[in-house]
Amino acid sequence: MTIKIGIPRGLWFYDYYPLWKTFYEELGAEIIISNPTNKNLLDKGVKNTVDEACLPVKIFNGHVIDLKDRVDYIFVPKMMSVYKDEYICPKFCGLPEMVEHSIPNLPPLIDTEINFNQSRKHIMKTVYEFGSYVTKNPIKIRKAYSKALQAYEEYKDKISQGRFPIDGELTSKQLMLNNKNKKKIALLGHTYQLYDRMGSMDIMKKLQDYGVEILIPEMINMDVINEKAATLEKKMFWSYGRKALGTAIYLKENSDIDGAIYVSAFGCGIDSIIGDLFERWTRKDGDIPFLLLTIDEHTGEAGVNTRLEAFIDMIDWRKRDEGNLPAHG
Amino acid sequence: MKVTFPHMGNQYIATKVLFEELGVDIIVPPVCSKETLEIGTKYSPESICLPLKINIGNFIESIQQGADTILMSGSCGPCRFGYYTMLQKEILQEIGHNIDFVLLDPPQGDYKTFVNRIFHITNTKNPYKIIKALAQGTKVLYQVDELDDIAYYKRPRQRKIGEVDNLLEQFQKEVRNVKGYKEMKQLVGETKEKLMAIEEDPNKEVIKVGLIGEIYTIIEPFVNLNVEKKLGEMGVELDRSLKVSRWLTEHLYLHPLGLSMEKDIIKEAKPYMKTMIGGHARETIGYAVKYAKEGYDGLVQIYPFTCMPEIVAQSILPTIEKDFDIPYLCLIVDELTGDAGYSTRLEAFVDLLKRRREMKEDAKLLSGY
Ligand code: SF4
Ligand code: SF4
Repeated sequence: MTIKIGIPRGLWFYDYYPLWKTFYEELGAEIIISNPTNKNLLDKGVKNTVDEACLPVKIFNGHVIDLKDRVDYIFVPKMMSVYKDEYICPKFCGLPEMVEHSIPNLPPLIDTEINFNQSRKHIMKTVYEFGSYVTKNPIKIRKAYSKALQAYEEYKDKISQGRFPIDGELTSKQLMLNNKNKKKIALLGHTYQLYDRMGSMDIMKKLQDYGVEILIPEMINMDVINEKAATLEKKMFWSYGRKALGTAIYLKENSDIDGAIYVSAFGCGIDSIIGDLFERWTRKDGDIPFLLLTIDEHTGEAGVNTRLEAFIDMIDWRKRDEGNLPAHG
Repeated sequence: MKVTFPHMGNQYIATKVLFEELGVDIIVPPVCSKETLEIGTKYSPESICLPLKINIGNFIESIQQGADTILMSGSCGPCRFGYYTMLQKEILQEIGHNIDFVLLDPPQGDYKTFVNRIFHITNTKNPYKIIKALAQGTKVLYQVDELDDIAYYKRPRQRKIGEVDNLLEQFQKEVRNVKGYKEMKQLVGETKEKLMAIEEDPNKEVIKVGLIGEIYTIIEPFVNLNVEKKLGEMGVELDRSLKVSRWLTEHLYLHPLGLSMEKDIIKEAKPYMKTMIGGHARETIGYAVKYAKEGYDGLVQIYPFTCMPEIVAQSILPTIEKDFDIPYLCLIVDELTGDAGYSTRLEAFVDLLKRRREMKEDAKLLSGY
């Protein structure tokens, strides 16, 4: 009988799911992805997580619950670190433990540790460990992994062209206007925050409805971002933080954007530092209009709409004023 | 150069000795107070964890007294503490304080910078002098932590409630007036004797509670609303998972070498938490198990609002509560925490523990043991 593996549609999902889906399918497992976040799933997640946790972790637990009675394993890797000298977040480090102790009657978790903080030398050992849930055949695992990598590269490539994996489905390319009415806004936030329609209050769609062209860090050359991040006085040790701060410095220096929006998860420790530094470097140092949207399970959509609208209006005003100013000040 | 540093429980006593022995001018920040918190809250991002806010309050209060250099330790992740200094620099700069930050991070291979920073802050290049002062500071720290241990024992047993803390308060005041290792050693020694001499009431019922949680919160009395005094006077003998002496040893001696302490705690934590995850969550879990196994009556976890590692620990602690049948109370503090509600929760918890203890004893009697 084929082994059924459930992949929760939360947290690292938006960064890696094509990799793991392809990997396990190549090995002959059946992959079941939890349903896109909905009210019921969110409520269950909230009920089964400590109050103090951030919304993304609550949503993740909701997805685990959505899967638990219909799969043999749930894929909840212990993602400590994916790059040298970096981490993701303490809650990612302890995610399998949190899930296990929050939700009763779970099937076994695939909770292999991913830790490249010291080096990547043991990457194949990690991959075998993941594969061993389905097969013990190393050749098969190696083959499946290279296929998986290919799928992953293609996925990243599409995102860098401005296709967004909203709820896990890649959108078609954004319409890029090329007239002076065009508004380009940088959008920052954890991937699971931006791409989860419910968790983000559908912000991407809203912006596109306003005719905004969205710029996400992945659309900027990653080498450039990393170069910028490398100029920080102290190494930024969160991978997401490195990306966001590198982007902040880049935007400050090459600002062809009309504004920046940072979507933050209420209670997110990473955002409390990164969001603050990002704002300092873009709004204060770079004179870029900035909007911080903090979202939790009690955030009302109407409030978000109002703030977005006001922000877009402000950008429109700024652009109009600029147009009236003589070209040579 | 006038060096200051953030408060963390009794740490300042040792830091004071260390710098005085080196002949470096220091400003000990005023005792953490409501004003400290207000200043810190005013200038820090709202959603940052509480320790950073208090740090900022300490810095600004010290700067007002003439400090021009800040000494901070750090880490390289995974938690926020590792990036505190970067944010703190921005904050102080924005309000116009151009101050020298000396960061003692684990060197991560770059020993030259690390050593240079030490030379810079110690104002000498004589390693012998530095090592001697460090040893003296460390010794004082262990002695002061020993005072805490005695206080844990004495508080629930003291005949006159309040005596222990009156003595300790007096001690804290005198600390500021003595100078150097010898004087400090003497003061600590005298205080120890006085503490030991406090009269006990042998008829008092004493229960035991293990205090666990985020290190800064459980060590700094201002931040935990004097939990040790409160619980002690309710008849609780405490033990605290993390101590400053341990923290210092870890940060100063072990982390730079990539080592860590307490293999047994890691082992106790293992069935519940497989790896470190940042902060001291693994210690929180490990000590919870240890206290439970040693027959403690209850566990109290305290952490600052939004503390990431402790939230993970909090998710696991109910399992430990069940597995070992040990009651567990979780307290979360932030700048809005009110004393009244906090005390009520502690009281209710202690009552519960006492009742449980009585019931157990009754059960023993009935079953004829
Ligand atoms: S990075 Fe922030 S939002 Fe994500 S899991 Fe950690 S605390 Fe939660
Ligand atoms: S352990 Fe908690 S209090 Fe300390 S830096 Fe991390 S989140 Fe903040």
